[in-house]
Amino acid sequence: MTSSGKQSMAVTLPLSLLALALAGTPVAGAKAPALADAAGTYRIASSSRIQFSVGQVGGSGGIAGSFTKFSGIFRIDGDDVGRSSVEFTLFPESVRSTERRIEDFLRSSAVFDAANHRTVTFRSTGVSQTGPDAATIEGVLTARGKSRKERFDVRLTDWNRRSISFTIRGSIRRSPYGMTVGTPIYSNVVEFDMNIRGQKR
Amino acid sequence: MLRNSENGFGTVTIALHWTIAVLILGLILAGFVMRRIEIDPGLQFSLYQWHKSFGFTALGLAAFRMLWWLVETSPAASPTLGPMEHMAARATHLSLIALALLVPLSGWAVVSVSTLAIPSFYFNLIIIPHLPLPKSGTSEAFWALAHAMLAYVTLGLVAIHAAAAFYHHLVRRDLVLIRMLRSGSMPRTGSTVKTSGKDDTVVERKRI
Repeated sequence: MTSSGKQSMAVTLPLSLLALALAGTPVAGAKAPALADAAGTYRIASSSRIQFSVGQVGGSGGIAGSFTKFSGIFRIDGDDVGRSSVEFTLFPESVRSTERRIEDFLRSSAVFDAANHRTVTFRSTGVSQTGPDAATIEGVLTARGKSRKERFDVRLTDWNRRSISFTIRGSIRRSPYGMTVGTPIYSNVVEFDMNIRGQKR
Repeated sequence: MLRNSENGFGTVTIALHWTIAVLILGLILAGFVMRRIEIDPGLQFSLYQWHKSFGFTALGLAAFRMLWWLVETSPAASPTLGPMEHMAARATHLSLIALALLVPLSGWAVVSVSTLAIPSFYFNLIIIPHLPLPKSGTSEAFWALAHAMLAYVTLGLVAIHAAAAFYHHLVRRDLVLIRMLRSGSMPRTGSTVKTSGKDDTVVERKRI
């Protein structure tokens, strides 16, 4: 069930975060990189993890899964974090869950309709810093041919000269994308929990 | 009258009989469609949920039917039945009452042991808990088979039961079918008179 994927993200990383780090807040113990080092363009590494879950009526349980195939690029603007951007593509065919029947159902016309819509994409439209190591990314999520504005929260977790990592979370309502199946047994809201690693290009 | 009498079925029995009959036939049809035919996966998911809600309804009514049958008098058997027919009819009716409980119970077991662990959200109103059985693919396969087999046996008995009722109505021209349609004792008015000419022959058997 679920969802949309979404995703993306990434990027954003406010340079100012880095600046803070430089100022001595040791994030992740990295030695503070120069701002110029963090600014740049990154490719989303395949070691990133894109997980999602959908709650069910009564509380415990629900659907949980992940996507193994995706790609994306993000750019951190060294002069103005707000002008950073990300483009992300997810292949719903690669969905993994607790059992085959669930995966097949998620790929089917009932949910992602992977045969007719091979990708789910996210293209950022704006980035705003919300804390020393946090930011919000807004952008357009497209799934099953429908596009909507969505928002994800990003938190910087680690970086060095060659790579950078974030956790990204977002709650996406699936019904606008034509994925209403299973409600109200399964929640309309899909929770995304991602660990995105970027490799500097 | 709500209750059964020596001569005929009361409204409660009649209403239970036909409501359960309609539910059973509809559930078997839905079960066949959702399991044996390639249909849209979203529709299939929905059908499963409707099947579960109506199935639990059938279970509740069947339980009530069983209790009602235990506490109520059964109308006398139709005088048109021979001893063998009487026994066959009684065996069929008892089997149907038992199956009306066993089929939905086995369906509840399927839902409960399935590794999919999909909640039973009765008509999207209340959650019906799973039976405390261990979940596994093997037990899901077992209970799914048992559920289907019991359902097919039920369908076969329903066919026999209905054929017998029509046989009585159309060939024997007695009141076996009629008395499950109208409550009260059904005396002469009812038509179907017997060939023997005793006009109060009336009521026929459909016991239970």
